[in-house]
Amino acid sequence: MIRFLVNDTPITLEECAPSLTVLDWLRTKVGKTGTKEGCATGDCGACTVLVGQYVNNASGERVWQYQAINSCLLLVGNAHGKHIVTVEALTEQLSPLVEATLDQLHPVQRAIVECHGSQCGFCTPGVVMSLMALYLNHENYPGKQTVIHALGGNLCRCTGYRPILDAAEKMYQYPRVERLWHSQMEQTEQHLNNSDSTPFLCTSLPDDSLADKQLPENQQRFFYLPQTAAELIALKNQYPEAQLVAGATDYAIELSQQLVQPQILISVSQATELSQLNITEDALEIGAALPYRQFVDTFCQEYPEAKELFERLGSEQVRSAGTLGGSLGNASPIGDPAPLLIALNATMELESSQGSRKIAVEDFFTGYRATVLAPDEVITKVIVPKRPAAMKLACHKVSKRLEDDISTVCLVLAVTLDAEHTQINLARCAMGGMAAVPARASHIEQALIGQPYVADSFTQAGAVVAQDFSPMSDVRASSDYRLTVSQNLLTRIGIEFCQAIAVTQIAANEAVLDSAPQSTSETLSAPAKLTTRISHASL
Amino acid sequence: MRHFETTQSDSKRGAIGQSKHHDSAIKQVCGSANYIDDNPEPAGCLHAYPVTAPFTSGIIKGVDTSKAQAIAGVKRIFSAKDVPGKIDIGPIFAGDLLLASDEIEFHHQPVLLVVADSYETARRAARLVEFDFQEQEATTDIETAIADKNWVRPPHALTRGDAQAAIAQAQHEINGEMHIGGQEHFYLEGQVAMAQPNGDGGIFVQCSTQHPTEVQHLIAKVLAQPFHFVTVEMRRMGGAFGGKETQAAPWACLAALASYHLNCAVKLRLARADDFRLTGKRHPFFNRYKVGFDEQGVIAGADIEVNGYCGYSPDLSDAIVDRAMFHADNAYYYPAAKISGHRCKVNTVSHTAFRGFGGPQGMMVAEQIVDDIAAALGKDPLTVRKANLYQQGRSTTPYHQEVEQHVLIDMIEQVEQQADYWQRKADIKAFNQTSPIIKKGLALTPVKFGISFTVQHLNQAGALVNVYSDGSIHLNHGGTEMGQGLNTKVAQVVAHAFGVELDKVGITATRTDKVPNTSPTAASSGTDLNGMAALNAANTIKARLTEFIAKHFSVEQASIRFCDNTVYHDKGELSFDELAGLAYLNRISLSSTGYYATPKIHYDREQAKGRPFFYYAHGVALAEVEVDTLTGENTVTRADILHDVGHSLNPALDIGQIEGAFVQGMGWLTTEDLVWNKQGQLASFNPATYKIPAIGDTPAEFNVSLYQSANPEASVFRSKAVGEPPFMLAISVWSAIRDAVSSVANYQCKPRLDTPATPERVLAAVQAAQAFSQADTSHSQAEPSQLNQSQHSQSLKAKKKDEEVTYE
Repeated sequence: MIRFLVNDTPITLEECAPSLTVLDWLRTKVGKTGTKEGCATGDCGACTVLVGQYVNNASGERVWQYQAINSCLLLVGNAHGKHIVTVEALTEQLSPLVEATLDQLHPVQRAIVECHGSQCGFCTPGVVMSLMALYLNHENYPGKQTVIHALGGNLCRCTGYRPILDAAEKMYQYPRVERLWHSQMEQTEQHLNNSDSTPFLCTSLPDDSLADKQLPENQQRFFYLPQTAAELIALKNQYPEAQLVAGATDYAIELSQQLVQPQILISVSQATELSQLNITEDALEIGAALPYRQFVDTFCQEYPEAKELFERLGSEQVRSAGTLGGSLGNASPIGDPAPLLIALNATMELESSQGSRKIAVEDFFTGYRATVLAPDEVITKVIVPKRPAAMKLACHKVSKRLEDDISTVCLVLAVTLDAEHTQINLARCAMGGMAAVPARASHIEQALIGQPYVADSFTQAGAVVAQDFSPMSDVRASSDYRLTVSQNLLTRIGIEFCQAIAVTQIAANEAVLDSAPQSTSETLSAPAKLTTRISHASL
Repeated sequence: MRHFETTQSDSKRGAIGQSKHHDSAIKQVCGSANYIDDNPEPAGCLHAYPVTAPFTSGIIKGVDTSKAQAIAGVKRIFSAKDVPGKIDIGPIFAGDLLLASDEIEFHHQPVLLVVADSYETARRAARLVEFDFQEQEATTDIETAIADKNWVRPPHALTRGDAQAAIAQAQHEINGEMHIGGQEHFYLEGQVAMAQPNGDGGIFVQCSTQHPTEVQHLIAKVLAQPFHFVTVEMRRMGGAFGGKETQAAPWACLAALASYHLNCAVKLRLARADDFRLTGKRHPFFNRYKVGFDEQGVIAGADIEVNGYCGYSPDLSDAIVDRAMFHADNAYYYPAAKISGHRCKVNTVSHTAFRGFGGPQGMMVAEQIVDDIAAALGKDPLTVRKANLYQQGRSTTPYHQEVEQHVLIDMIEQVEQQADYWQRKADIKAFNQTSPIIKKGLALTPVKFGISFTVQHLNQAGALVNVYSDGSIHLNHGGTEMGQGLNTKVAQVVAHAFGVELDKVGITATRTDKVPNTSPTAASSGTDLNGMAALNAANTIKARLTEFIAKHFSVEQASIRFCDNTVYHDKGELSFDELAGLAYLNRISLSSTGYYATPKIHYDREQAKGRPFFYYAHGVALAEVEVDTLTGENTVTRADILHDVGHSLNPALDIGQIEGAFVQGMGWLTTEDLVWNKQGQLASFNPATYKIPAIGDTPAEFNVSLYQSANPEASVFRSKAVGEPPFMLAISVWSAIRDAVSSVANYQCKPRLDTPATPERVLAAVQAAQAFSQADTSHSQAEPSQLNQSQHSQSLKAKKKDEEVTYE
């Protein structure tokens, strides 16, 4: 049995298909069709909802924190204890027949209407919810860069986005509206607290009309949601064949597209120990089930060069749900965290009922989508060493589209210099998209070690990339392009490290012009003007 | 730049010209704007899903459905044999099979239809059908199709004068070719239809379609029933862009087929990956040209060949390739021209309508030509563009229509001056000199786009206007709402006619039983046609009311005015609501249909002569880009657009169309990369592999203005169509990227840049420019200012009489 809230309604589910997503549940079980399915693969954002979590804030108070999540990737089981807010909750007056007036709309909604930010309207509920997350998490207009990061995962095919960017600013110009569902919260907490003592959840599934028709009678499917690491490990020991999920940002796609039907799903997402972030004397210990959004700031304090890589990893919705444990366990050849972690010489902790062991991230992958993980083992944390002295780090991602795209090539290079900064003492270079697994480029590293710290050393090292990799040609790019670009990225790194060239990346000089004047919908007599830009530059 | 003054839309002008928000905007932000899949399903509703062929070309020898049948919840599996009427649903020409029987012509061609009690069960069962088949060699590349003369429709050509002779006699001659990629529509709402018995011996179908009438007709033909057997309703689409003109019909026909046999509601909705694989896209093209010109870059003759990848069947390809040919001049005068078009058959899904309808692919040749001429002569491309514009005395198109309105000259000048073309061009050249990695590019391109369906009979529309006795108005017309704001604009027209507030006019779903025999909402024609038909309907009622008032109050008809929700006459005034009630009591009909057919147009395709277009819409875009010469990544940093919508009915909606079209066009030309693998399967079949523009791709600085000038033709309130024309403004982005790449070779050569200009293709062009530079170092050291004045460059080859291009 699981409990959660949808808008102001407490929900208790005795059973449901373990593979059921919140999107399908909302649309087909409870008739909340405001949330749209555009792709069901987490790429378009039309199904975005808010997911609230009851957490301790910095001052130790229990508060609800809300994030935008793709409901097509959110398994119903993972919603346990959460507050799901859909577009239907935002407007106070909602007769099914009579349209709300402008005054009755939430500022987020009103801004979209007044800026003409919807055309066909199909992406609009998702845009509303992403803007809503922004509105809740920023009391004042946070600037275009932040808006773009918040909406990079919301595709709109009609507007060209300019009016949506305007709306993100305009929504702060109305009197601020606090959450409308506040009044319900007491009841809510009570409802959710009912289940606090549940050791772990087992959602058993007899025949469900949505999914399980072909299962022989009596065959049930299960979704386990262990609340502690010990429960998790015991479960995995009991069911070594069980599929593990965390944020399910990848696995939910297998469910909706390949129509796989796992008999047993174990979600690591609520095992307390796996969701922690510890900073020790010499390392960051990142819980395997901790979503990106919750550790990236800390990570980037140590390694600010990684910020762009994280900002371009999936979308805001995916970063709010996806985890390092999920990405590594999934063993994609192109998961962006792996090259970064390998270059930083990070390790992983794997645990089973036999005990725990540590392994370097670079040794984790054994082949295409294959790892050293034993059937009864789980990834519990990722340990990233703190920054060594005299380290230079470069993270580069090349893709067809800047936002929410999978890397054609991802290259991370960490070099350690001598005390005088004249010679390269150590080099760790890792790449994604170049082989069946994210892997180190040992020839490039050897070509760098001991060389003078000048741009030319990097260019020359780039020339040996073909000794490290023989990449594939695929839908993203040809093998030749991957090799050429890898080589060129080394040249760029050399220039960025060692030379003073003003501009080395596109739009780098287009520093965010947040102060530039903006038109609003009322001043259409002036040109609809937009001044905003991604900064492609590292920070 | 002149900007639209919203202040002119005072109460005297009524609802016209005001930036009213989209009629569904409030519902959309509340999540209460229902699309077909949002409607509650009728009790017992079943779900249908197509079973598709697992190979690209060949013969089906056997099909085993036993595993699919065994799944609980599967009700029935239909094949072509279950179709009582026509199996071919080709919209104009035969060739599109609802379900294939034995021969397969593209990967994932639908063969069977599974009907089950849930969406997921139907999908799951469809995958369990097993095929025994014999594969044949598939044609997937266009060169093979051209060499084999493998057409879906016969070739066609436009000729004016003797292009070969004109080119031969010209001072200079160049030739070129280019591959232009297709485009997936990626409407956010996928294909969906629901069919159900109407309870009275007929079938009622809700379908996300731009063409309800065609869906009605095709279902009736499939079921061997008269058209009145079928009613199709369409309230709103979650985007369409041409992708629901013909491509919506198969799914509606299949749902209707199942509903017909099973006597219950049946819904069919394609999952996104199948929507990618099973529906047609913008045609990829392969274009070649040969052109002769003088020292100033003025074109003397052009010999152009456009080849469209049509896929396996004709669909709309005849008209689409025609429109590519009609726009292979874009805004430029070719004193002599031969423009030939081929409709090439390849083993892919049948390509179809997409915003611009072939026009964009045709215009790319024209813009490539002027850019290449400029590069060859060492001139600035804008100078060459201006020298070749249609103007007085140089105004006959290759299809013999006279271009009568020459606003582009003024529009270009405005953009040139106000967006500071020449200074920025100089600044960019200076920047590029000192920036080894990042190169900037700038390009201004015009658009001249012909408005009207080139199939003449489609240029008609109907509407129904009912005034109720309380003064509220019910509006229905044959157009469909896909986000463009058509309903809002037509309602504005009707409100204006009656002099009432817009909220008096209730907008209702498009239905084939309200307004019959409609044309698709396509060719940018929605407002032009339906707005006029609705205006005619409103004017009919208004005339009756005027006559009634004159008689009832004994006043002169000429004194009667409808405005501000009031009707004024010599002896007083009354509210519109009162008038409606009074007219009802006096037995005046308050309902009327309206009809409109576009005047003036005619076209003789045999002779390739006539006036296919009622008028042209114009636009100018100036794009600035940055290109990373190490990776080929590129971004648009600024776009300035001036667009001609005549007298705007709704400036906000028009600007929305312009911005949206521009960004969609950018996607087509840069990131949206359709890839078919060697097996003939679409490899980029989902949004993870096919990238439409995201929010950060919107130009960093984006200035859009409306050019204020009335449509010289008598269109609805002198407005102009806006749906498609601004799409092609994005060609400026492609041209600007080429400009940036060209800087690598000090503007001495302009490498070919096929589209989409993905990082990989841009990097290849950069490498070509670098190779050119290295081969000719003396030129690469020259100063750009000298190059600009140079009348000679390496890429301009000396004229040779024997240098002929063979096209076939």
